[in-house]
Amino acid sequence: MFYREAGDFKTTYKEDNQTFPIAFDRYRYWAVLAVAYCVIPFMINDYWANAILVPFLIYAIAAIGLNILTGYCGQVSLGTGGFMAVGAYACYKLMTSFPDVSIVIHIILAGGITAIVGAAFGLPSLRIKGFYLAVATLAAQFFLVWMFNKVAWFYNYSASGQISAPERLVLGAPVTGPNTEPWVQYMIALVFCTLCAIIARNLTRGSLGRSWMAIRDMDIAAEIIGVNPLKAKLTAFAVSSFFIGISGALFFSVYLGAVEVGEAFGIQKSFLVLFMIILGGLGSIFGSFVGAAFLVLLPVLLKVIGVDLLGWPTDLVSHLRLVIIGALIMFFLIKEPHGLAQLWRVAKEKLRLWPFPY
Amino acid sequence: MKDTVEPYVTDDGRTIGDVMLDLRNITLRFGGVEAIKDISFDIREGEIRAIIGPNGAGKSSMLNIISGFYKPQEGEVWFDGAIRPPLRPYQVAQQGIARTFQNIALFEGMSVLDNVMTGRLNHMKAGLFRQALWYGRAEQEEVENREAVEKIIDFLEIQKIRKTPVSRLPYGLKKRVELARALAAQPRLLLLDEPMAGMNVEEKEDMSRFILDANDEFGTTIALIEHDMGVVMDLSDRVVVMDYGRKIGDGTPDEVRGNQDVIDAYLGVSHD
Amino acid sequence: MSADFLYGIEVIINGLMAGVLYALVALGFVLIYKASGIFNYAQGVMALFAALTLVGIMEGQVPFAHLINAVFGTEIHHFGWEVPALLAIGLTVVVMVIFAWLVQRFVFRHLVGQEPIILFMATIGLAYFLEGVGDLMWGSEIKTIALGLPQGNARWLEDVTATWGGDDFYGFFVRQLDVVAAIVAILLVTALIIFAQYTKQGRAMRAVADDHQAALSVGISLNFIWVLVWSLAGVVALVAGVMWGAKSGVQFSLSLIALKALPVLMLGGFTSIPGAIVGGLIIGVGEQLFEYTIGGPYLGGATENWFAYMLALLFLVFRPQGLFGEKIIERV
Repeated sequence: MFYREAGDFKTTYKEDNQTFPIAFDRYRYWAVLAVAYCVIPFMINDYWANAILVPFLIYAIAAIGLNILTGYCGQVSLGTGGFMAVGAYACYKLMTSFPDVSIVIHIILAGGITAIVGAAFGLPSLRIKGFYLAVATLAAQFFLVWMFNKVAWFYNYSASGQISAPERLVLGAPVTGPNTEPWVQYMIALVFCTLCAIIARNLTRGSLGRSWMAIRDMDIAAEIIGVNPLKAKLTAFAVSSFFIGISGALFFSVYLGAVEVGEAFGIQKSFLVLFMIILGGLGSIFGSFVGAAFLVLLPVLLKVIGVDLLGWPTDLVSHLRLVIIGALIMFFLIKEPHGLAQLWRVAKEKLRLWPFPY
Repeated sequence: MKDTVEPYVTDDGRTIGDVMLDLRNITLRFGGVEAIKDISFDIREGEIRAIIGPNGAGKSSMLNIISGFYKPQEGEVWFDGAIRPPLRPYQVAQQGIARTFQNIALFEGMSVLDNVMTGRLNHMKAGLFRQALWYGRAEQEEVENREAVEKIIDFLEIQKIRKTPVSRLPYGLKKRVELARALAAQPRLLLLDEPMAGMNVEEKEDMSRFILDANDEFGTTIALIEHDMGVVMDLSDRVVVMDYGRKIGDGTPDEVRGNQDVIDAYLGVSHD
Repeated sequence: MSADFLYGIEVIINGLMAGVLYALVALGFVLIYKASGIFNYAQGVMALFAALTLVGIMEGQVPFAHLINAVFGTEIHHFGWEVPALLAIGLTVVVMVIFAWLVQRFVFRHLVGQEPIILFMATIGLAYFLEGVGDLMWGSEIKTIALGLPQGNARWLEDVTATWGGDDFYGFFVRQLDVVAAIVAILLVTALIIFAQYTKQGRAMRAVADDHQAALSVGISLNFIWVLVWSLAGVVALVAGVMWGAKSGVQFSLSLIALKALPVLMLGGFTSIPGAIVGGLIIGVGEQLFEYTIGGPYLGGATENWFAYMLALLFLVFRPQGLFGEKIIERV
């Protein structure tokens, strides 16, 4: 009854183009932002920050990035882990080489560097399509991980091969290093996430987004219509890598504090983010959030139920997690290839008519 | 039939101008198969040119050559009086050539409105960073082009379905959306590959009306492949007939209708 | 002949051995892809699962022991019997056939006609699922395969060739296991090729690979062929799993072999059986040779991690359909 469009007419194209045409959605969006910015920072504790909210926000950025490349532009990439590593190591080198510059600048620059690397690895996409491209991105994944392992310059010649983030302050509060408070971690991740989501939304609803989707749906027809495939594909790789690089930089500096490239950014990471966008919904910014939330919450939930409630051993629970995630992937691909975001959309459609059936 | 290339005015008041597209001695091969053998014809500005012939004659391949998708092994394409160098298809589109496809090539993941908006891509100049910020130039451009697209949507009477995902549309409407997308580009030359295929009489009348109106109101030159002889004879100013990759007729509809080779081709009399 | 050159030859021989095993895994992919257009990422996990099942049956393990113990508070682990190798192999084959049937019935039958990327992602989900099930059934500790396969080096080869080089050369160092693996792989590949070319079912399989509709119209049951193909892939997975497992123990890393098979397929084309073989050999030799000549001395080693992919990538840029794949002509 309350979720209605009746009487809500748009009189300009500008109004028609907005992200949330239905008024109720708009209020909901502002409400979520209000809670996120004004309520949670005061209530957050270490567990919630580190186990749930901060990884959720950071993975959401990566999921948005991969969704742009794979969901909107149709270029399958299995190199997400490697590109996150580029962001992390770029951030590390910048932080240690220019210790006086704000970490915020470093993170953005790290994103830019990853964008360039991503565009370079995206060049083969002009000749190779589909699976072959996915496998080519594996080349990027394995090569990058090997490189960050072998070339000692990247980890400043430290003996352990690990990189750890030195303490940095933003507006007087430490965001990296051991003295960081959970709400600061949360806020910086939140700010980056909001900005990335807004930029992604703008790009995907304009002509660039349409050319990406045209390439995805029918790349030959797209080119005949006038889409420059080189420009479209390379910008998709670049923009996607920009977000993934930022995510990697945040993952390293704010979330983990120290990483070893093989375990933090290996191929499992690439699959994890890919699962997020499949489950959440390909070609949907909202879906990226849903998928990230799902795959961050699921292991926590399973652990709480399995280990804390039922008293099962942890390795059993982690095996079950594999089974459940695998089964869910297959289930969603069969039943709803457009992911949870589509289910949400269908639910909203029904809600618009409620209590009438049709 | 006007042998000279001077502009003339037709009986119904349209102006046919100079030669816009000139195909000279085009030969196209796929491996050992010669799909098109030494074909030459031209298309004049403002006219409606039909390309007809039995299935497999090479008509769609001809359109693909004009679009720049296939590169002929021999022959030249002249556009606006100058030889056209080998161009990528999107560059050909930028020159003002748009088309529809035999098997519908709409972008199934987008709505009708978005599909037609992709036709405006060459008119939208805002770059990556402007679009990322959205406010200002990018948004303004979006609104301007939306207005242009809405005019096309009105013209083709598809207002009701503008937000519908194209995958849900019936065949006839999909063809109309494809036409809208092509017209949205405001092309100089519009290539239509069997626009009437699979339509009933009423739909064909609608489509014919749209094609005529596009030519009349917007001045768009049209080249169309079509099998329905009634449509061809009624709509077109001149006709090219192809069979087995060769040109077997070229002239006004009446001239072509009386051509014995053309009659033989359609009746199935075998050639050498 | 100099010792270095002969060591180079040894590297090549070892590369060929590795290549044969790569080819074997790649073959499983080609079978399924040819018949159904599905790129089965789970092939590697199938190899792991098959090997785990074999060991589990042979040692008389109770399946899902861990889970049952957790739920019911029991302490059972083994049935107490041991199953002889041949019978165990037979039973494992039966398990793989059941698996093929289940996968076909519950997953891929519902995904007919979907885009390749959706199918691919479904197989990734299947891989995770199967890995979890394998762990739940048999436990995730490293297992050893006691099939009586010979360990140690091929002494006879070493002794014979020791005299070829100078004093620095001690003879070709090749493990007996690798030799056995290579022979088994060659036999299996030959059997598969004969099956595909000369039997009625093999012909039906190739028909399905070419055109589903046409195959249906001549009365071939798509479901049957798909179950057959997945079963064959399961058998191939079993052999590959046993061979690799005998080399380095049956553990999770086995499933990563699948990733190695991908560059093989990129080189050889996804639809060609001879391509899988040639591709496997090229990658196997190329990898070892690169590491020996350039990777080890100049790049710090461990280049096998990525060399295969780079090689395949370069290849693809110049020849997108691989060595043997069909040329893709795009039509509008």
